[in-house]
Amino acid sequence: MPQLRLFTRLASAFTTPRSPEDFLRLIDPLSSARQLRGLVTAVVPETADSVTIRFRPGRGWNAHEAGQWARIGVEIDGVRHWRSYSLSTGAGQDPAITVTAMGKVSTALVRGTRPGDVLFLAPPEGDFVLPESPRPLLMLTAGSGLTPVMSMIRTLVPRRADADLVLVHSSRSPEDSLFREELLELTDQFPGFRLVQWFTGERGRRLDLATTADLDAACPDWRDRAAYACGPADFLDAAEALWNREEGELRVERFAAVVAPGSGGEGGRVTFEKSDTEVEADSGTTLLAAGEDAGLMMRSGCRMGICHACVTPLLSGQVRDTRTGEVHGEPGHLVQTCVSTAAGPVSLDA
Amino acid sequence: MTIVTPFLLDSGQRTAAPKPSTAAHLTDAQVEDLGRELDALRESVVATRGAKDAAYIRRVIATQRSLELAGRATLLLAKHKPAWIAGTGMLTVAKILENMEIGHNVLHGQWDWMRDPDIHSTTWEWDFVTPSKAWQHTHNDLHHTWTNVLGKDRDVGYNVFRVDEGQPWQWWNLGNPLYNAMLAPFFEFGIAIYDLEFDQVREGTKSKADLKQGLKALGAKFLKQVAKDYVATPAAAMLTGSGKQALTATVTANAARNVWAHAVIFCGHFPEGVDTFTEEQIEGETRGDWYLRQMLGSANISGSKLMHLMTGNLSFQIEHHLFPDLPSNRYAEVAVKVREICERYGLPYTTGPLPKQVGSYWAKIFRLALP
Ligand SMILES: Cc1cc2nc3c(=O)[nH]c(=O)nc-3n(C[C@H](O)[C@H](O)[C@H](O)COP(=O)(O)OP(=O)(O)OC[C@H]3O[C@@H](n4cnc5c(N)ncnc54)[C@H](O)[C@@H]3O)c2cc1C
Ligand code: FES
Repeated sequence: MPQLRLFTRLASAFTTPRSPEDFLRLIDPLSSARQLRGLVTAVVPETADSVTIRFRPGRGWNAHEAGQWARIGVEIDGVRHWRSYSLSTGAGQDPAITVTAMGKVSTALVRGTRPGDVLFLAPPEGDFVLPESPRPLLMLTAGSGLTPVMSMIRTLVPRRADADLVLVHSSRSPEDSLFREELLELTDQFPGFRLVQWFTGERGRRLDLATTADLDAACPDWRDRAAYACGPADFLDAAEALWNREEGELRVERFAAVVAPGSGGEGGRVTFEKSDTEVEADSGTTLLAAGEDAGLMMRSGCRMGICHACVTPLLSGQVRDTRTGEVHGEPGHLVQTCVSTAAGPVSLDA
Repeated sequence: MTIVTPFLLDSGQRTAAPKPSTAAHLTDAQVEDLGRELDALRESVVATRGAKDAAYIRRVIATQRSLELAGRATLLLAKHKPAWIAGTGMLTVAKILENMEIGHNVLHGQWDWMRDPDIHSTTWEWDFVTPSKAWQHTHNDLHHTWTNVLGKDRDVGYNVFRVDEGQPWQWWNLGNPLYNAMLAPFFEFGIAIYDLEFDQVREGTKSKADLKQGLKALGAKFLKQVAKDYVATPAAAMLTGSGKQALTATVTANAARNVWAHAVIFCGHFPEGVDTFTEEQIEGETRGDWYLRQMLGSANISGSKLMHLMTGNLSFQIEHHLFPDLPSNRYAEVAVKVREICERYGLPYTTGPLPKQVGSYWAKIFRLALP
């Protein structure tokens, strides 16, 4: 829209040092030159602890691919917090996230979001997406790990007559199970979609991935399918181990970083050179959290060590990688602040 | 986790520096107690910062932007006297709010805790000719660290005028009242030139390359500011034949804002009753000593809520100097406690209504113009 750009340029002659968007925000809550925003259009309860939040993003958002996630910023007690959430609607549909309350930010989102609220956003990203050419698929999910897969199911099943998808979903009980009615309807309507529900409460045990027995029963031809898994860490660890043993193909989406036991390091004084700020960070506080708690604008993305949005040059000192426990770092190295804690005094170029 | 502000020195290495006369009755231990009480006061505000404060600053910003928009729009009809008056008034108030309650305080990092990139000390550029970054350096890093230390505090007062008996008299000090009066309407340019730190370049403590960069940044900002107020706005008003009147309006608004900011800022450190310090006095300064210097070196302005808002809460200069990064809307409640602490420790708490404080520093400027 070149006219719009020309108009903005012209208008900014009157608004400098502000941008025209800063003034437009008086009437349009989504207007911003600096921060992508979205307006909550609906909040739909899913289970006792989870809701789907639909939103209309402002300019700068890209349509999501099925299975992708976005960074969502929420204000709690006046302070902005960022977390990642998978987009649960199908590709081409208006975006929505489905959040399960389990900690600070998710609980605030589930209990506190109302239509008309503003969410802060970053465009969708991630490569936990459908294969490029059609193939038989197996989806293994547990708990809130169903969300990115739900987006894939919504994208594929109703639109492709040749879809062949088996979903094995584990949850505590039917009441706890996300999107249950919609999934049952889809199985009725579309023969290419099969649903295996695993209720740990009823079965008295969890889906066992130590051997192939449960899988063989749920989906006998699982070896012939491209497999996707999303769920809690131990569930994914077991799935990865099994697929490794069987030399199969498995794509995994993790919602939380792997944390090596006892990997905290000793903590230490963290100096953010550019911001002229020093903080004392303990062994349980990542450099990212330490900077944010001091009010700095730290760059971040997934907050779990996969996207590298948070990398910051190390000026001095060493850090501990919370995923492996390894202590590393030399001046000039780029460290991922979201998965690093201070191992003694550390100075960062941030 | 604790935030260690860089300018606070560790206690315990005190070399018994002489205290200013107003605090001579305090023992070292009492000064440390004072420091601890003020630390606790700061913590109590930090612990309760929240949604209400965030809503406050957003409200002020929305009000400011509405006023600015309405002011400029009204000036499109500036050839009609009432429109000129209303437009100039709104624009002046908008500019004052932007500089004082919003810009100054955002640039101090008072709202950084919100982590909102739209209201953050690293991203804010203010409606004032000096670039934010240059001002943050001379003001936050230097003035707030070396408050009222002769030879160290290079705040405009000390740099340009004779504001303390401790500064040797020069013949050109005779003109001080005149220079000061002339500075007021052009205050933003005075600050811009001051932020370039020509004296530091002369002394060789600031490189020529840094100066060149500073000049370039200032030039770019200057052009944009001038283009907005003196070209774009009058040009738009020309459509209704109000170009000339719109120009006089924006000139007036900027000058009025400058006079106001100048008055408020000089009230902060120069009225009677405010102490100055020597470099020897601050050697080995502890946290408690530092707080003491900030309290004794600053003066408040008393007045209504509106008055506090229009000064950007710099009417709470004492509280602002004690806690430069606490949100400005909380200074009023902090002031009640600081005053009580001052009474308990037998320390002066300099305050007075605006006309009295302005008169007081002008009297000083006149008096010190003479040897
Ligand atoms: C790519 C990606 C996609 C995601 N998609 C979704 C989604 O669609 N829906 C959704 O609800 N969440 C999703 N998450 C997780 C989400 O980002 C947050 O981590 C989660 O909401 C917890 O944040 P919190 O602030 O509420 O918890 P915090 O206060 O940060 O943590 C509270 C406690 O919960 C634990 N915890 C945090 N996350 C998990 C987890 N996933 N499983 C078990 N324990 C955990 C923490 O270790 C901690 O002890 C996704 C994460 C990533 C990286
Ligand atoms: S935020 Fe994604 S790697 Fe650190």
